[in-house]
Formats: sequence, structure tokens, C-alpha cells
Amino acid sequence: MAEKYDLQEREVWDGNFAASQALRQAQVDVVAAYPITPSTPIVENYGSYVANGYIDGEFVMVESEHAAMSGCVGASAAGGRVATATSSQGFALMTEVLYQASGMRLPIVLAVVNRSLASPLNVRGDHSDMYLGRDSGWIQLDCFNAQEAYDLTLCTFKIGENHDVRLPVMVHQDGFITSHTAQNVYPLRDEVAYGFVGEFKPVDDMLDFSRPVTYGAQTEEDWHFEHKARQHKALMDSRSIIDDVFVQFKEISGREYKRVESYMMEDAEVAIVALGTTVETCIIAARELRKEEGVKAGVVAPRCFRPFPFDKIRDALGNVKAIACLDRSSPGGAMGALFNEVSAAIYTTDARPLVTNFIYGLGGRDFSIAEAKRIFKEQKAHVDAGKITTDIQQFSGLRGPHLGFFQTKRS
Amino acid sequence: MQHLKLLANDNRGLNELENGTSLMGWHEVTQGSILLSFEGDATHIAHLKSEERTYSGYNSYTATVASWRVLKPVYNRDICIDCQNCWVWCPDSSILSRDKQMLGIDYDHCKGCSVCVEVCPTNPKSLIMFSEQTLLEDALTQWPEKKKKEDK
Repeated sequence: MAEKYDLQEREVWDGNFAASQALRQAQVDVVAAYPITPSTPIVENYGSYVANGYIDGEFVMVESEHAAMSGCVGASAAGGRVATATSSQGFALMTEVLYQASGMRLPIVLAVVNRSLASPLNVRGDHSDMYLGRDSGWIQLDCFNAQEAYDLTLCTFKIGENHDVRLPVMVHQDGFITSHTAQNVYPLRDEVAYGFVGEFKPVDDMLDFSRPVTYGAQTEEDWHFEHKARQHKALMDSRSIIDDVFVQFKEISGREYKRVESYMMEDAEVAIVALGTTVETCIIAARELRKEEGVKAGVVAPRCFRPFPFDKIRDALGNVKAIACLDRSSPGGAMGALFNEVSAAIYTTDARPLVTNFIYGLGGRDFSIAEAKRIFKEQKAHVDAGKITTDIQQFSGLRGPHLGFFQTKRS
Repeated sequence: MQHLKLLANDNRGLNELENGTSLMGWHEVTQGSILLSFEGDATHIAHLKSEERTYSGYNSYTATVASWRVLKPVYNRDICIDCQNCWVWCPDSSILSRDKQMLGIDYDHCKGCSVCVEVCPTNPKSLIMFSEQTLLEDALTQWPEKKKKEDK
């Protein structure tokens, strides 16, 4: 067993340090990684834990993020517990191998510290990289602060490595706002954390010489479809296991997570749907707005971005009259992804709330409580008018003339 | 003349790649398209000769690519010096050899690339490409004479 790491009941950690401590407590066997702002400290810290004897693991230095994820694929197929971290351009370079990992059903954990994608070059946080991964077949969990970065990184191993899941998992936190902001974090004791995550139980591991297997087979039109369908089924079915893991995590930590988080939604008339640190901004805005102006505002946040919680989103938003979906990624000629997916989910119910889309916060542009309040009030104005009174897609926090697209055709 | 199924197991080259015989549904395919190579415990299988191994139905051993060939190499035992050059160079492990003695071609897996002919050092060559439909016994009767050194 490795050296004992001294932990206090309450630590002051930033999101990166919190995630790296979760990797240490999960006793990750192999980290193959390439540094990139703002995720570097996660793997850098893992390297120091290995060097200082806190983990019996291996840090593999590679020449790119493509190689980093390839190394993770190899180590995971060999039969080890594997993790790495990246951001932005590094994530983009990894993308090809992300699909390999999920297709081969390898439960790799990838800590993604969300950062915008060039060009123009930018190191600040937005959700471009997280959105780039949304069709890659990975489970994607989203953290809103450092405590959650720690908690959910521990949960990812237990979810992905479950033999009924066997899928890679990304755990997202916002670049700088979460990754570099020191906050109070309450860690679990090492033995409690490891007891929760459990021993790694390999499946089809290549180091089992009694049972040689082929990874990465070629399947053309006669087989590929069936394999992808089975993979999609596994991803959809992981929903109940994610729920179970969250229940088990609450038992050891007292902290409760759900695939869709709802705040002040019991009586909410208007809601914001958002991801990342913006969720906390919106919670404060809703709380103040309720006190100041009596607007019944609430916040809904997909904790689990993939598999998309189609079921839970419907439950959470079934009774509101207007919804603003906030997308922190340049939508590239469409409505934002959150708008599209939330709208589609609600459309399968009897409810017909007024749904609008805001593109905001690109390249780390600040999203203020005041702006969140303004958006809530705009939703209230839609409700009072009985229809969407603005463009359906708007830009929030953008300099220059108003930018917006499409108007409602509902009367 | 070699047998077409030289050193072959019962299941060598059983399946055409183009039309798998048992097309399973999505619920039956293997997780992660990970394919088991052998039936049973394979711990010491590296020590067994290929015809002694228990290749699974997922192993490429059971598939044939013979239909991909236009030309095929034919082996002439009378000229071969067992240098093993062809065995080393064949990209598809289709040169069959035992105890450093060349025996023939695995016609289930040979794709007809003719690398073996290129690297054969004898005069005339001990491996020559013939059209796929030429019978082995006919090919052996058409073998060229030894080439004489040309005067400079």
C-alpha cells in the first residue's frame, strides 16, 4: 500500500487539485497525459503523487493528446484503472481516440477542464470542448464547483467500470472559474473513498494470456450498425446505474447528486437551464429575484449531459411557463444544443412552455447575476404577453448591435 | 505438389468475409466488438503449431481471402533451398514451413501480393506467380529453365 496522505476534514482546494485528489484516492494505475491550460495541474499532481509514493501507478509522458488518449486506450485494454485530463485544443486532438475508447467499451476517466476552442485562440472557459464530445459515446458529468469536481470524479470510476456500463466517462468543470478558484472542499478519508470506488475488475483484459482477445476489429456495413446500436443501448441504460451510484455516494458523504439538478422549481413559473458554474450564478439570481420582485424563478441543470436526461428534464420542467436555455458554446449555424435537446424533451409532453435560447460567456466572458436576473425577467415578460416577445436565439453579454435570430410563429 | 489445405485445421478458411454465415442481431454481438481468439484456455497456445490450435470462429484463421487473388504463387520443391526468405517477408503469414523446411502456401490467406516471389533468391525462382485458375500440377510443368549469365 502506498504512503499515507495527510488530509484535513476541510481542505481549501481548487477544482484541479480536487480532481487530482480523487485520482489519487481511486488509486489510478495509469495516467497517460499531455499538458494543456487549464487542466494541467490535474495530471501534474498525479505525477507528483506517483513520484512521492502516494500511488502505486504509472505516469506516461506522451507527445500529444492524441497519443495521451491512445495510451489510455492501451492501458485500459490491458486491464488497468486509467484516467487523464485535458482541455480545449487538446480535447479536439483527442477526439478521434475518444470514439475508439467508447467503441471498445473502455472505462477510461477523462477530467475535462472546459475551455473555448480556437480560433481566435483563448484559454478561458466556455463549453466548446464539452459540446464537441457530446456524440462521442462517453458519459459526461458536469460539475459546478470544486467540491463537485472531487465528488463526481470519484463517482465516474464507479459508473464507468460497472460491468453493465463499461463506458468511458468525462467529468467536466469550468476552466479557471472552477479549476483555479480555491474553495472549501470536504474530502472523504482515503479508505472510505477507495472503499466506495472499489477494486478495478477487468473485462476482456489483454494481459490475461489464457484468453487472448482482439481489440479494434473492423466491421463494415454488415456488422458496424449492430455494434453501434449495442453501444448506444449501454449508454442509455447507464442512466439507472448513474442514479444508483449517486445514491451510494450520498450514503458515504451526505452529498446528494441527481442526473438533473433542480433549484427552486417546486413553484417556478420561469426557469433557466444551464451548465457549469453559471448554474450557481443563476441560483443566486433566482433567489434574489424572488425576494426583490416576487418572480417565481427556478434553475434546472443537467448534471449528466450524456446520456442526455430526456426523462428527468421533462419531469423538472413540466410545470413552467417560460424557459431560457443557456448555451456557452458557439452554435455554428444552429440553435444551441441545450435549447434543441430541452425543447425536444418537453415537446413530448402536454406542456408548451415558451422556450428561448441564449448564447453567452464565450471565451470566458463573465456572466453576471444581474444578467441572469435580466434573462429571468425577460422570461416573465414572455409569460405575461403569452408569447415569445424577443428573438428566439439571442446573444447575452455581447458588445455591439443586438444579435438575434428567428421569431415565434405561435399566436 | 502441395495440397490446397496443407497443414489446415478443420475450420481454416471456412468463412467468406463478404457474407458472414450467421448474422447476429445487435443484442448478440460482442461487447465493444472485442473478439475472442481461441476456444478454451489458451495459456500455452504459443507453443502449439497452428493446426493444433483451437482457433475460435472470431479468429481470422477461420476466414478466407482467396477470392481477393488474381494471381497466386506456386511453390516448386525441386528448386527451393529452404532459405526462409519468403517466410520472413510474407505479410500474411501464408508461407507454411516446419523446422525451417518450406512446405507450401496457405491458399486461404494468401492475397497474391507476390512478395514471396520477389524475395526468392534461386535461379530459376522456387515461387512463381500463375493465374488463379491455373492448376498447380499444370503450373509445375511450365517452370522456366535456369537463366544463364548474360555476356557483357
